[in-house]
Amino acid sequence: MLSIKNLSVAIKGKEILKGINLEVNAGEVHAIMGPNGTGKSTLAYVIGGREGYEVTSGEIIYKGRNLLDLSTEERACEGIFLGFQYPVEIPGVSITNFLRTAINEQRKYQGLDPIPAAQFLAKMEEKKKMLELQDKLANRSVNEGFSGGEKKKNEIFQMAMLEPSLAILDETDSGLDIDALRIVATGVNNLRRPHNSTIVITHYQRLLDYIVPDVVHVLYDGRIVKSGGKEMALELEEKGYEWIKNSL
Amino acid sequence: MEKESNNILDEVTKGEYKYGFYTDIEMETAPKGLNEDIIRYISARKNEPEWLLEFRLKSYRHWLTMKEPKWAHINYPAIDFQDIIYYAAPKPKKELKSLDEVDPELINTFNKLGISLEEQKRLSGVAVDAVIDSVSVKTTFSDTLAKLGIIFCSFSEAVQKHPDLVKQYLGSVVPHTDNFFASLNSAVFSDGSFCYIPKGVRCPIELSTYFRINAANTGQFERTLIVADEGAYVSYMEGCTAPQRDENQLHAAIVEIVALKDAEVKYSTVQNWYPGDKDGKGGIYNFVTKRGICKGSHSKISWTQVETGSAITWKYPSVILMGDYSIGEFYSVAVTNHHQQADTGTKMVHLGRNTKSTIISKGISAGQSNNSYRGLVRVIKRAENCRNFSQCDSLLLGDKCGAHTFPYIRTENPTSIVEHEATTSKISDDQLFYCQQRGISTESAIGLIVNGYAKEVLQHLPMEFAVEAQKLLSVSLEGSVG
Repeated sequence: MLSIKNLSVAIKGKEILKGINLEVNAGEVHAIMGPNGTGKSTLAYVIGGREGYEVTSGEIIYKGRNLLDLSTEERACEGIFLGFQYPVEIPGVSITNFLRTAINEQRKYQGLDPIPAAQFLAKMEEKKKMLELQDKLANRSVNEGFSGGEKKKNEIFQMAMLEPSLAILDETDSGLDIDALRIVATGVNNLRRPHNSTIVITHYQRLLDYIVPDVVHVLYDGRIVKSGGKEMALELEEKGYEWIKNSL
Repeated sequence: MEKESNNILDEVTKGEYKYGFYTDIEMETAPKGLNEDIIRYISARKNEPEWLLEFRLKSYRHWLTMKEPKWAHINYPAIDFQDIIYYAAPKPKKELKSLDEVDPELINTFNKLGISLEEQKRLSGVAVDAVIDSVSVKTTFSDTLAKLGIIFCSFSEAVQKHPDLVKQYLGSVVPHTDNFFASLNSAVFSDGSFCYIPKGVRCPIELSTYFRINAANTGQFERTLIVADEGAYVSYMEGCTAPQRDENQLHAAIVEIVALKDAEVKYSTVQNWYPGDKDGKGGIYNFVTKRGICKGSHSKISWTQVETGSAITWKYPSVILMGDYSIGEFYSVAVTNHHQQADTGTKMVHLGRNTKSTIISKGISAGQSNNSYRGLVRVIKRAENCRNFSQCDSLLLGDKCGAHTFPYIRTENPTSIVEHEATTSKISDDQLFYCQQRGISTESAIGLIVNGYAKEVLQHLPMEFAVEAQKLLSVSLEGSVG
């Protein structure tokens, strides 16, 4: 699914990622953990195709293609979804309208006709139910006036609607109370399929109680310094990041 | 689901000006230039009564004493008023009994614009008074409306058939001395629409007029007069597209609205005159005077405009709140791109007690354009307990365009509450990235964001018009992303 080789990335000349290697196979859930400022979000943005990030070396192969050759929207249409840490507000644009536009642009890319209205609405209903979302949410403007938890739920809702091959969830658990966390995790788990993959970026082990990863990576100072099974997350929680630091 | 006004501006970012075709119809024109003989010629051509000729002549004589206003935030080369043709009309061939008899060219033009003069319009609930250049060619639904006592016809026809009404109200809202362009219009106006809704009648359909500039060097001087008698209601829509032209064309229209006691008039405009090309060449000069008067108590006038066209827009649809408890509203989206210049806004003049006005203005500037809001809120001494709320937002696309706000507030009564809010924002990279990450192209993303931004105004457009507006607006912000 995703193969990152020796990826180095700089922002305004400052190197943030220093030779990342990461293999994510179809059907797998990977967790990337690490202290603040180690490049977790940078990795998410580079995969997503955000401007301002300079790839100084290495490559990202996604479904056999060089991902870095694709534009942001092409990557999205190829099935990459980024769950934002800080989702931005788009005043006046209803979630319904936003999602229908997104789905239809993706369908256009795939050579399909726009989604029939009835089918779209039925899908909305289904996914709203799954995420225990309020009915009126879909008529509200994208993220405008949302609480932290609502914003994160909305990200997962969009993910459910867009059905990506590779979802990267950047600190989706931050700012969530335990109920919201459970709902978000349920949403993610429900969307697990043998042919799609998830990368969960998180600070805390807590989320991994709900979304059980196949592989856990520790990102530190721009490098993946340790990888292991799900038990590593517990160890990390127990011993703290100092443990990693000292073992280097 | 809610009304999909969102989509109206959606395609705003795409395509060249689509309505730049030109209809080849035989024209009957006056010689270039302006003098009393030309005015007499126009008046005679239209078989006007003496009092109307006198109105034109006194307007002309007053106009001669006036100077072109220069206070607006716009730049354009001097207009040579002697280089303009002041009268052009499709030659009347004979009395027309059905659509088959209308010039097929003309029908074709209407079809390209998506305007159907046929009976389908009845189903969609729209009566159309189509104006090509100066003379109304065909009026539909007059019969249906006539049963309710509603008069909806060309201005010229109204002069012939309802001279008393025209005489009573013509110039009563916009006097012939009002301003340079209004005086010019009063002297040379060619045709336009007239609408009268009798006492207590609620007009069951949206009335609409499509304007179109069609002949080279022909100034357009439309004159519209809408009178809603006591307790009457009408929703009136005006939309326009113009053929692509290299030479600048002057358009100086007047719209007068009179709302008597308990009457309500809703006037919606989608304006899409040719804006000039990407380098700022060509385009329409649009100097319009639009004003309504809430003459009776509890009356209401509401202006909604979507302005995407014209090289220059100079336009301030206003309301004089004379009757106690009357309401004035102004909702505006003005889009400027490339080298367009817009100086637009409104005046709310509170003369009556407990009058209320709302102003929502959304400016969108792209390219190297300049977009100004200019508004006056005035409350006179005797007007107690007046209320105004103004919100003027500007959205900038790119860094070469300008947005300006000139709010004037004059209140002489201490019991009035006048609020003014203004914001200026840019489409953020975060917003764009967010949309793109969901698979939405940059152009569509801008459309979506601009849509959302303008939603508060667009939702005031009548439904039928919203669809029309979608077509008309789809072209304006082309090339603004980069």
